[in-house]
Amino acid sequence: MARTTLPFGPQHPVLPEPIHLSLVLEDEIVIQAIPKLGYVHRGLEKMAEIRDHNQMIQIVERTCGICSTLHAMCYCQGIEALMGVEVPERAKFLRVVWAEMHRIHSHLLWLGLFADAFGFESLFMQCWRIRERIMDLQEATSGNRVIVSVNVVGGVKRDIKPETQQWILDTLKLVERDVLQLKSTVMDDYTVQRRTVGIGVLTKEKAFELGACGPMLRASGVAQDMRQLGYAAYGQLDFTPVVETDGDCYARTLCRFNEIFQGIDLIRQAFAKLPEGELAVKAKGLPSGEVLSRVEQPRGECLYYIKASGQKFLDRLRIRTPTFNNLAPLLELLPGCELADVPVLILTIDPCISCTER
Amino acid sequence: MNGSARVLSNLNTSSAPIERVVSFTRIFKETGFRFVTMSCSDLGEAIDLLYHFDKDLDLRSMRVVVPKGGAISSITSVYSCAMLIENEIKEHFGVDFEGLPIDFNGTMYLDEEVHKTPFCKIGIVKKPAAEQEV
Repeated sequence: MARTTLPFGPQHPVLPEPIHLSLVLEDEIVIQAIPKLGYVHRGLEKMAEIRDHNQMIQIVERTCGICSTLHAMCYCQGIEALMGVEVPERAKFLRVVWAEMHRIHSHLLWLGLFADAFGFESLFMQCWRIRERIMDLQEATSGNRVIVSVNVVGGVKRDIKPETQQWILDTLKLVERDVLQLKSTVMDDYTVQRRTVGIGVLTKEKAFELGACGPMLRASGVAQDMRQLGYAAYGQLDFTPVVETDGDCYARTLCRFNEIFQGIDLIRQAFAKLPEGELAVKAKGLPSGEVLSRVEQPRGECLYYIKASGQKFLDRLRIRTPTFNNLAPLLELLPGCELADVPVLILTIDPCISCTER
Repeated sequence: MNGSARVLSNLNTSSAPIERVVSFTRIFKETGFRFVTMSCSDLGEAIDLLYHFDKDLDLRSMRVVVPKGGAISSITSVYSCAMLIENEIKEHFGVDFEGLPIDFNGTMYLDEEVHKTPFCKIGIVKKPAAEQEV
């Protein structure tokens, strides 16, 4: 059978951001997939050489709109470790609240795009309608819908007052009700099951070997989540990673659904235990040394490597985003699949290309 | 101190000679470590490579110093997922990884017209592309 090379992307209806894949096909079966990146490479890490370590917070927040506050949190935790700064307890709990809001709206955004990929347009609209409630919460608490700029070195710069907390809890009740309705509609649907069950199976061993992270790893049966490290206030909350075992597209969808409920629960716990106190402490001096900082973003483990030598500017900032690591499992999953399943498989890793390329 | 940030020290970072990077990496794999990523920084005359591994949330690093413009063996024979990060470091810092299964020859992010390594403080001229087709 003659082989055909099919260009997939950078502009494609299922791709919210540009990535190019050269798909080598035999009939309708993918034999090989070769990626081409670079359409949204901005060289953000290089900015660390011309912006001081406090200005870099605004830069890292723009690595990814969906995970903005988590990028800033990861970066601030690294700088705080280098400078020996202990963040106030209230700030730790507030960081958890904003981080989980990000996770909920990110998973709803992904679910909408995923539904769109296999033509379930009404589901796409329902997911994004529910997501709007979270965007409203973010706007009310931080001033921005997308770039939630609340982290500073030493804590947070905004508080959430008791009346706002109650409004958030009331809104989350509505979100929980709507997502619960959506879950049975989606997961019990015949068409959804035909497009996802048994498609793109990643075994536990392969997921581990290929460096998968986030829901991609946990849907294959590995109970690893950076929140287990106990950063921010996670160590003081009741938390167990959401795990599925089938490793297919259905399991990954289910995993993200359950993480939405977990996120709502964590916000409730954080508000219930929210201590009184100051929001931030002043960080004195300049960072020096090398540090690795990790947080769990909606898409998985995010790692920051920061190297500083007591100067105004950092020597090096390296950002490893979860999609960067999940590209290797994707390239492993594509060979052998049908061409019609390629969009579903690409979306199943929840790709964020602007994160990946920085 | 927060639980997610780990300051690098002799306790969690080992050094490896450049010629033994693959065998040292294999030890990490055989002892159950997951490959997380690599970091890289410019030391002036050399490039500082850090390989990061994780086992049960315990993060360990391995440091290798490579002369600027020099070559080092690729670890893709041990961890195939290192292919993209090795290509990225090759493109940004000019480290030549020998044995890369897919070698973008410095065009993974950047265009062919970019001839210098942008992340080095003093950029070095990229080597001409190999004959391998990507």
